[in-house]
Amino acid sequence: MTRRQLIPIAALLLAACALPLVVSDYRVFQFNLVLVYAIALLGLNLLTGYNGQISLGHGAFYAIGAYCAAILMDKYGVPYWATLPVAGAVCLLAGFLFGLPALRLEGLYLALATFALGVSLPALLKYHHLERWTGGVQGIVIAKPDPPFGLPINADQWLYYFTLAVAIVMFLLAWNLLRGRVGRALVAIRDNHIATEAMGVNIAIYKSLAFGVSAMYTGVAGALGAIAIQYVAPDSFNIFLSLVFLIGIVIGGLASISGAIYGALFIQFVPNVADEISKAAPWAIFGIFLIGFVYLMPMGIAGAVRMAVAWLQRKAQNSRRPT
Amino acid sequence: MKLVPIAALLAVALASPAAFAQKKYDPGANDKEIRIGNTNPYSGPASAYGTIGKAIGAYFKMVNEQGGINGRQVVWMSYDDGYSPPKTVEMARKLVEQDQVLMLFQTLGTPSNTAIHKYMNMKKVPQSFVATGATKWNDPRNFPWTIGWQPNYQTEGRIYAQHILQNNPKAKIGILYQNDDYGKDYLKGMKDGLGDKAGMIVKEVSYEVSDPTVDSQIVQLQASGADTFFNITTPKFAAQAIRKAYDIGWKPTHYVNNVSASIGSVLKPAGLEKSVGLISTQYLKDPLDEQWKDDPSVKAWRDFMGKYYPDGNLADASNMYGYTVAQTLHQVLKQAGNNLTRDNVMKQAAALKGYRAETMLPGIRINTDTGDYAPIESVQLIRFDGQQWKRFGQILGK
Repeated sequence: MTRRQLIPIAALLLAACALPLVVSDYRVFQFNLVLVYAIALLGLNLLTGYNGQISLGHGAFYAIGAYCAAILMDKYGVPYWATLPVAGAVCLLAGFLFGLPALRLEGLYLALATFALGVSLPALLKYHHLERWTGGVQGIVIAKPDPPFGLPINADQWLYYFTLAVAIVMFLLAWNLLRGRVGRALVAIRDNHIATEAMGVNIAIYKSLAFGVSAMYTGVAGALGAIAIQYVAPDSFNIFLSLVFLIGIVIGGLASISGAIYGALFIQFVPNVADEISKAAPWAIFGIFLIGFVYLMPMGIAGAVRMAVAWLQRKAQNSRRPT
Repeated sequence: MKLVPIAALLAVALASPAAFAQKKYDPGANDKEIRIGNTNPYSGPASAYGTIGKAIGAYFKMVNEQGGINGRQVVWMSYDDGYSPPKTVEMARKLVEQDQVLMLFQTLGTPSNTAIHKYMNMKKVPQSFVATGATKWNDPRNFPWTIGWQPNYQTEGRIYAQHILQNNPKAKIGILYQNDDYGKDYLKGMKDGLGDKAGMIVKEVSYEVSDPTVDSQIVQLQASGADTFFNITTPKFAAQAIRKAYDIGWKPTHYVNNVSASIGSVLKPAGLEKSVGLISTQYLKDPLDEQWKDDPSVKAWRDFMGKYYPDGNLADASNMYGYTVAQTLHQVLKQAGNNLTRDNVMKQAAALKGYRAETMLPGIRINTDTGDYAPIESVQLIRFDGQQWKRFGQILGK
């Protein structure tokens, strides 16, 4: 990483750390959800943006992660932080296993298969043989974690910092994964899988692993989301959640790490703005925003930011040139 | 120099402690306004219910035009939660922490209210007259800041049990219920109502919301020899059950829960001729019912709809529901007078004595106290005559 890249990242981190100290608890809670969505979107972006596999069912992995955390906390008294690795591992396995048969499916067919996953999971959560663990339609209410070590902050602020720390680790891991051989292989499979295979990349393994890792990210996000909301229920994870995730990565910027953050801000705040504009048809307003963004920023917000930075640099170089 | 007016103010304040002690406010209330928060599904799978939030908003618009409540304007802040519990949590926090409302009112949905149940009670902000029939909202000892409104499922279940015991003490009861807390609430009410006669239940079968039909369950119930059928199902399944029972020639005394008493969405799809003789319950005046055509309260409601909510559907009972529940809150806030603290609002909500809104069925009254957070606890039985529901018998319940 060059110094030019490091400075804005450091500034962003500083701002993220200072945020809970200057805004209300309610806003802290909202930004906590932004971080949660950012992790989930990063996961989906690994799969769809980098590897070219479309998923319309990532809400299902989010739900599995959330239920893992809730069941472990509620039924087995596991501390909240310890539920994250379990949720991640369960989703990694679930994603990998789902990825194996999905290998045979491409494009629209894969989209349909994942859509089926997203549609069926909420119904499965209501299934009465699983009710002993899932609580059926009633869901599970969980307690909010208190800040440890007698820190002088409230529960919302603590949870925000906890989520922020997890998010930083997850983003660093993703960045590290994508900048090397694995990242190149994933992108190459997306761009031309026959050529990639000819170069000796094991496409089956890479694609299933991409599915697994992607699901793991989304699952960890689901667990963090459950802890922040303190409640899980099948109604929280309907198919719309999966669609919103897809909207998030497209608006944020496909195949871009920072796009996950922009996308998360979008899916967290724009529906609220739409609701304030019109009670009669909030989703119509949301649709207008969506069309506006896609039309004005075809490469997503991350792409627009990249272009703006490049334009500013060109301008700066031009003005330095002797006349 | 500056001390003089302050001293004068102090003197006035000390001289008339009563005048100052009378007005007490928590966040969300002052001399000019009362802020009331709400979440409703304006979008998403349950958006048909969104009309309730709009009807309530229209009601308070009318109240404000007529001078408000004790001279204060009501500010109705209602947000869309899409029937998604996480969104409800976010919106409830926004209402409480940012918009600083005095109270929440009529938040809709059992899962959505469950999601904020703990939070509201921890914050000690009223979660008043929630729009769900679950029985758990009547738990003043553990959740003193949450109160229901409509007859809860257990109450209704008990009332059918009473009717069965009175009319056919030798009945053999078959029960079909949705396998979730809603279905089990009704089932518990029925069993509690039967008491030591619970042995009258000869067969209980359940279904999942994800099931395509309940045909096989109906066949099982018929085979059990039951002559009385308690049908605890949501609209789609209720229609299937009514039709299947008729088609296989099973003719029990058929009770269908209030949840599925809609002519438009249940009886018509099932077939009106197949629905003759069904028994259910009602607690509000049905706007489509011929006998209320000239009733002054229903007329007032129609005028209200025409003037303040012209987009609203006059055939939709949800608009009658919203109008009626808003009147109940109006009464509570009137009773609270100038003491608009959250504590006092809850106290007044739990001190409704014999209150009735005129759009409730004649004879139905709301009684609450500190140990009873179940406002409407009586209903009237209705029977379907092939065209419409006909009320019969006494008002039942408390």
